[in-house]
Amino acid sequence: MHTPHLNDDPEDMAPDGGIPAGNALTIEQAIANLRSTDAGDRYYAAWWLGRFRIATPEAVAALIETLTDESDRTPDGGYPLRRNAARALGKLGDLSAVPGLLSCLDCSDYYVREAAAQSLGKLGSSHHSDPIFAPCTLKLQQLLAEEAPAVAAGVPHAAQPYDAILEALGALGATHAIPTIEPFLTHPAELVQYAAARAMYQLTEMPVYGDRLVSALQGDRLQLRRAALADIGAIGYLPAAEPIAKTLAENSLKLIALKGLLEHHLHKADPLAETAQTQHILQLMDELL
Amino acid sequence: MHATDSIAPLLKAIEEACSAPALVKAVEALAQANSEAAVPALIAALGYNNPGAAVAAVEGLIRLGTVAVSPLLTLLDNFNYGARAWAIRALAGIGDPRGLAVLLEAAANDFALSVRRAAARGLGTLQWEQMPPEQRPDAQQQALTVLLQAAQDPEWVVRYAAIAGIQSLASALHQTQPLCLQPLAQQLEQLRSQESTLAVVARIRVAQRAIVQMCS
Repeated sequence: MHTPHLNDDPEDMAPDGGIPAGNALTIEQAIANLRSTDAGDRYYAAWWLGRFRIATPEAVAALIETLTDESDRTPDGGYPLRRNAARALGKLGDLSAVPGLLSCLDCSDYYVREAAAQSLGKLGSSHHSDPIFAPCTLKLQQLLAEEAPAVAAGVPHAAQPYDAILEALGALGATHAIPTIEPFLTHPAELVQYAAARAMYQLTEMPVYGDRLVSALQGDRLQLRRAALADIGAIGYLPAAEPIAKTLAENSLKLIALKGLLEHHLHKADPLAETAQTQHILQLMDELL
Repeated sequence: MHATDSIAPLLKAIEEACSAPALVKAVEALAQANSEAAVPALIAALGYNNPGAAVAAVEGLIRLGTVAVSPLLTLLDNFNYGARAWAIRALAGIGDPRGLAVLLEAAANDFALSVRRAAARGLGTLQWEQMPPEQRPDAQQQALTVLLQAAQDPEWVVRYAAIAGIQSLASALHQTQPLCLQPLAQQLEQLRSQESTLAVVARIRVAQRAIVQMCS
């Protein structure tokens, strides 16, 4: 459910869910902390560099190193520092992170694979014709196609982070993956279905997939309606404007989704071109303030 | 009193609601009764820490309008943070000029972006005709100053709301102080040249066109 703008990103909340206490670190200190021995300092520094978009070559290089960290482990074998570093690298827009993120797709930690897929999608959404992404789309497609690894009982997630993988394939323009993506439109989990519809729309621009997400706006669970709002905002499906405004969800989320539609349209057309459609979206946004 | 009697079952339903969705339904029903006697209970519902109930209560208070303003202002300082944010939204929606000071403070300094957003919108849509004519020019200038400040907020949605507020305020200024529209058009141009969010740029253009039309 990523959004391309700093202020709309829920991950920009501090790791404890609160509001960050300003720029408490300096850039040099954050990079030094990333290489320190204190697990808490390292974890926070990785988040901080992403949050404040510190895209200097030194910061990017230090985060890439951290993707192979072996020291910070959870009792069940997870790699929390790798997760944070992978998330941060998705926000910094530096394509030198791509090979490291690609390797993370093989990590044994589900959440590292999820963060890596999300970040590859973010990095690729504006440069997806770059050949550096070709092995990534192949690998992502392979993760969808292969038989799901067994998941121990009681683990709170699927075998693979399917929604993140599907979203990344859509953002990366991986049309070759369409036959592999399509079956996920009927996956048992709604969020996975939505991610598949989102990717299929991005890859084909066929209204049937946008309409699938529009009908999800009337779902009976708030969490699913919120997810559909984020997906529609990300693909900029214009016929969804009215249904977004009528969705039972927070105005702030509806405003973000409408902003996604508007900006998608303005990017595609001449940014100065104001059509009846953009006027209508602005009007709907005014009513939600 | 007749009004109180007629809402008595609705108040009882709120007291007896035993789940969050039941509470939302009960508050919605009370809001729809559109009764002045419901004001204290609707204000109390702002503090239940139940967003659905708070949204329904804010809508009910806005519909009741002026009669809700004085109780909201009296209770504002006793509210906890969450209830205060909802009360400010209600005051912004009602648009009574007695809420001006609260909205000025909230648009400029509130901690929550959704409150700054609602307050900025509210500053634009205040019902100026309810204010004594001799107080209007100063009050409108104060609102404009805070809105121009909010138009540089770090959050895009607050900047967007400030621009929408400035456009509404411009129609009021056009009637009372038409001379300040020209500098305002220049300030909008300045804001547009600094703006990085495409949706806000589009909103500034709409406001600019509206002001040009007023001046012509």
